Parts: sequence; structure tokens; C-alpha cells
Amino acid sequence: MAPGTRQKIALVGKPNSGKSSLFNQLTGLKQKIGNFPGITVDKRTGRCELDAETDAEIIDLPGIYSLYPRTLDEKIVVEILTNRRNPDYPDAVAVIADATNLKNCLLLLTQLVDLKLPVVLALNMMDLAAKSGLSLDIKKLSAALGLPVVMINAREGRGIEQLKRVLARGVEVPSQHVFSPTNLGESAVSEVQDHFHLSTPYEAFQYLQQVDNLTFLSPTDRTFIKEVARRHDFFPHKFQGVETIHRYAFIQSILDGVIVKSPRKDWKGGSNKLDKILTHKIWGYTIFFAILFLIFQSVFALAQIPMDAIDRGFAGLSSYLAKKLPEGPLFELISSGIVPGIGGIIIFIPQIAILFAFISVLEETGYMSRVVFLMDKIMRKFGLSGRSVVPLISGMACAIPAIMATRTIDNWKDRLITIFVTPLMSCSARLPVFAILVALIIPKVRLLGFISLQGVALMGLYLLGFVAALLSALLMKAIVQVKERSYLVMEMPTYRMPKWSNVGFTIVEKTKAFVVEAGKVIIAVSIILWVLASYGPLDVMNNARKTVSEQTANLRLTEQEYENRVAAYKLEHSYAGTIGKWMEPAIRPLGFDWKIGIALITSFAAREVFVSTIATIYSLGSTDESATIKDRLKDEINPETGGPRFTPAVGFSLLVFYTLAMQCMSTLAIVKRETKGWKWPLAQLFYMTGLAYTSALIVYQVLS
Amino acid sequence: MKPGETAVISGFTDEQLSVKLLEMGFLPGTVVHFNFSAPFGDPVCVNISGFDLSLRLDEAATIIILD
Repeated sequence: MAPGTRQKIALVGKPNSGKSSLFNQLTGLKQKIGNFPGITVDKRTGRCELDAETDAEIIDLPGIYSLYPRTLDEKIVVEILTNRRNPDYPDAVAVIADATNLKNCLLLLTQLVDLKLPVVLALNMMDLAAKSGLSLDIKKLSAALGLPVVMINAREGRGIEQLKRVLARGVEVPSQHVFSPTNLGESAVSEVQDHFHLSTPYEAFQYLQQVDNLTFLSPTDRTFIKEVARRHDFFPHKFQGVETIHRYAFIQSILDGVIVKSPRKDWKGGSNKLDKILTHKIWGYTIFFAILFLIFQSVFALAQIPMDAIDRGFAGLSSYLAKKLPEGPLFELISSGIVPGIGGIIIFIPQIAILFAFISVLEETGYMSRVVFLMDKIMRKFGLSGRSVVPLISGMACAIPAIMATRTIDNWKDRLITIFVTPLMSCSARLPVFAILVALIIPKVRLLGFISLQGVALMGLYLLGFVAALLSALLMKAIVQVKERSYLVMEMPTYRMPKWSNVGFTIVEKTKAFVVEAGKVIIAVSIILWVLASYGPLDVMNNARKTVSEQTANLRLTEQEYENRVAAYKLEHSYAGTIGKWMEPAIRPLGFDWKIGIALITSFAAREVFVSTIATIYSLGSTDESATIKDRLKDEINPETGGPRFTPAVGFSLLVFYTLAMQCMSTLAIVKRETKGWKWPLAQLFYMTGLAYTSALIVYQVLS
Repeated sequence: MKPGETAVISGFTDEQLSVKLLEMGFLPGTVVHFNFSAPFGDPVCVNISGFDLSLRLDEAATIIILD
């Protein structure tokens, strides 16, 4: 490499081999998250100074066991590594291997050798290997494989400098051939190799094996390859099986000469004892639910303090700006549209950070695979997988981090269903709405002297959301057709202490992804909603003060009461108010009037806005005392019946609506990000709104 | 097979799944040890050449073993 040029180095290795630790060690804080084009995988890249002259770009590829992908995400690896024209095609590949499980890790390495990629083997977890009693002759291993081998400890950062030196020197293409497709459709392989001018027969073999996974091939190329495969009797699965067995035989013969001392049989004793408890019939579930309870409590309670501070801070900033900035629509947009919009994004950061701290610890320790193991059977009945449990439960705090947590689900269909149903779990933003409506329509009675009826109603709402999520999952299971098969062949890693810096990196990464990606949509929708709620036909809006003065001339209102009336009048005649009135016929069967209609529109941004909109529209001005809102709503008269506006039927209808409706643009934004398109968030919006509408309709019609 | 037992793999019944299992180290002739099963009997945890893996019962059923 000439000085000053930047070489690309790809990191590959199986999951749980310490790949993220190594990536963090190499790049430190100089990492960024992007996208691989057209695919739902985050691309983590970072800069690394290999030595004084050489800079490298490190690309972290998804964890894989072999070039044959098991999940959609893993397809990107074979796609990059078999296409020399791919912009991410690396100049060198570092394969990270778990020394305690070398056999499985070398499978992938031998495939890369046959692709003639310059490869370095980074042997990780040498400390564990030593503990297990395993002893390896590294020089022999390096000679037998024909490539450099570096011992590292990615967790503690040992061996990293040596790995950098090896990479800086430049890595050569290994001369070894491990597997050559002789007797395995040889004629097909050579025809494909000649046609595409490929430099290795193994590339041609991969073209034949994975023709549908390689999106860089044109449709004509694919038809050609399929035709060649048919003509020469190329049997993909059979040949893949033969290839794997051949590679393992090669690996075994190398390891036989390299392993000086085998590991003791009982070295995993501690881990196995832990498993006896953690996957026990009774203790396993007890401990799991205790951990869930702890997570839920922390996300709920711990996050409350910073969230309140952020809320107050932004409310203060907004009113400060409203006073200080000169009058005018642009400044008003800043103080009442953009600033609260940004606040609406920032406020989620504490919950996201706390949830991901826990999830990352569960992953790092190896406990997450036990959760999957415990819950898989139950969840599968609903079209979900064991991996859906944590996102679903996290959804009770907030759907946004929960949906981001579905990354741990490797099957695309399972993941999609989990994303789809998670927003039905009652999140903390529904709580303010629930609290006020439950207090309004459920009497403060205690059952058996100690069970609060209001508490029971609140729990019922959470249950309703949970049942709706499971039933929707069942429905989705029947509808969504994905060719990809669901596997649970999964490693159960040895228990380890978490590495705290990895936990930190995860928190930063997830928070950043949320702020940047979801933030854009949230700001945009906030501005639109603000415009809708503050503007209306000019003549009406300009005469607002005059009209209110005339209407209230003989009421002797205080200054504050007068201002509240003006705000209510303006909201009523704004575009949002107009839409509310316009949609009244549609929501009347649910028992809602145009005032509730306005609240439905403004709370589309976020459910909790319902409370403040109701406060404004009933001229309360302040939302501080929920008791006042409650009393005010209680006194509201339905002009048609002469009775109270908020009858139990209306209250229940509203509660059911808010339990099931999407009403959260941040969730839509994050679903759009996670599914890389508008198809699923829109489907979700229509499904949930439809479900909420129908259910509320039934509730109101039955009760009234 | 019962937890605690050991057997030797002789083949597979599902070709599509077998390639995945082979990759994970379920090679014909290898010894597989049944560690334990999840509370409802599914999935199960097995050890193969020093490596702990979990798999669903219907996945495990595609592996032919010699006792």
C-alpha cells in the first residue's frame, strides 16, 4: 500500500466471537453507522490508524458461520465478498475466531481462502482457551493454513497492535486450495467461470449455489446461471453438504497437528451449573420475570427523572423563546413548533438508553440465548419466536426502543411480525390518557376493601393491548409469506461478565440511530401539526379576539380566562378544528364529537398530546392539575341529550381507541427505518387505526 | 434420546436443513451429547465437539443417530 491511501479491511466471524469488541478496539469512537444499499442491514464502518502512514477503513460485516446465509442480513456478506466491483469489496479480511471453538470458526476461513481473499486469522478468547486447558501451536497453524495468525484478546485490547502491524504490512493472497469443485458439477463451474471471467472456480461455484442471493447479477446473468446449473445437473444442497464435510475433514486434519493439549471435558462446569438454574422449570421463569420486572421498572421509573427534566426544560425554552423572540409566524414556528418537536425526540433518549443498557448486558453475558431457549415454544404458537419476548415486553415502556431491539431476531418473518404487533403493547405514553379517562368514568371504589377498581380497569387496558398483540401476531402468521425458513439452530455461549465499553457503544449507537433517523420524520410531522392547529382562514383568525370579546362581554372574565377562551376559539377555527368538525360524522358512531376529533388529530404526533389538547379546547390553559381537567370534563354537557358529554360509553370507547390505535409518529418513523420503507409502517397505521375504530365502535354501540 | 445421553450422528432426513446442521458441526460420525431440554421439552440443548447449541425438536428429529 502506498502511503496516504486508505485500504478497506472487512471484519468477519461468527456471532459471539468477539467481533464487536474487536471493531470497537480498532476504531474507538471513530465509527459511523450507514446503510448497505437496498438492504435492511446497518453498515458499521470506522477509521483505524494501522501505523503512522497507513489509514484503514474497517467494515464490520454481520456475524456469519459460513458464506451461506441463514438470514436476510447475512446475505450482504456473500454479496460483497464475491463481487470485486462492490464499493465495499475489501483489500483484506480479518477473520475473528473463538479459540475455544476453533473448528466451527475455521469453516468460514477456508471458504474465504478459496475465494482468494487476503486473509488474517485473529484468534480471540485465548484467555478462555487457556482456562479450558487447550493449548495450540500457533506457528504450525499459521503454516498449515498458509496465512498470518495473530493471538488477540479483544475484550482487554491485547494483541491489537500486532494485528494492526500485520494489516499495515499488507496481507497476501493465500496460495492454498482447500476445496476445489471437482466431481461436483465441474463442467458447470468452469462454464460459469469462463463466462464471467472469474479468477477462482470457487466464485463460480458460489454463483451457482447462491444465484438468487447475489443481487449484483443481472436478470439475464441469472437466467444464464440457472440454465447452466440445469444443463449440467448442479444440485445445490447436495454439493453444499459435500463441500462442508470436505472442509471439516481438512480442518480436522490441521487441528490434529496443531492442538498440543485438548481442553478438559469439565471446563464449562460453572456455566453448566448456571444453566441448570437459569433454564429450570420454575427457577428459570421466576428469574426471567424478575429480570423483566427490573428492566420494566428501570425504564419506567429511572427514566422518569431525566424525562421530566427534559420536558420542563423544553417547555421553559419554548415559552422563553415565545416571549423573547419578536412576533411573527417564523418565530412562532420556532418557539411552538420546532422546539417542542425536538423536545419530543430528546425525551425518548433516557428510555432508549436504559433499555439498551439492559439488553446489551443480557447479550454480553450470554443470558439472551437462554431467554430465547425458555420462551421459544410458547411464542411459536403465535407466529413469533423466543427472540420476540424482550421487544414485546419492552414495548410496555416504549415501542421505539422495543422495535429497535427486534434486531436480535434473525428470521425476517419473525422480526416483521414482532415489529408489527409491538405498538399494541400499552406504552408509557398511553398512561396519561388512561389515567385521566379512567379517573373520569370509573368510580373510586375499592373491591373487597383493598383492590382499587380504577387499578383493575388500568390493568385490563394493558391486558387488552397484550391480547390484541398476540392475536394480531396469529393473523400476521397466516398472512405474511416469506420463503425464508425459521431456524433455531443457535449457539448457547458460555456465560461471561459483560464488557462495559461494549455496553456503552451499544447505547450510543442506538440512541444516535433514533435521534437521526426517527428525528427527521418527527420534526416534519410536528411542524405540519403545529401549522394545522395554529392556522385557519385568515379573517376568522384575525377576528378571534374581537369575536371572543363580544361573546364574553358580560361575563367579567379575568385576563387569564379571557386568553384561554381566545386560545380555544382559535383552535376551534384552525385547520385542525375544521378537520375535526369535518370528520365528526365519521367518529360520531364511536361517541366522539368534534372536540375529541381535534384531540385525535393533534395526538397523532404522540398520544400524551391528547391531554394538553383537551385542556386547550376546554379553555383550561394549564394542564398542571389533572383534577381540574377531570372536573371540567365531568361538567361538559352533551347538547343533544342534556346529560354529561363523557358518559361511561364514550369513556370506554375512547380508552379502547387509545389502547389499539397507532397514534405515535415516532413509532411509524422507527418502523420505516427498521423495515427500510413506507410499506410496513403504513400497513401498521391502517391496521391499528381500523382495529381501534372497529373496537371502539362496538364498545360504544353495545354500552350506549 | 434422553438428557445426559450420548449418540453418534449417522445422517439426516431433511436435505435443506442438513446443510445448516453440517455447518454448525453436526457431521456424520461425530458424537452428540444431549445436555438438557427447555421446560416444555422443546427446544433442546446439545453439545457437539465442545460447542453448546440449542435446536427445536422438529429440527433435532431430522438427525439420524446410532445409539
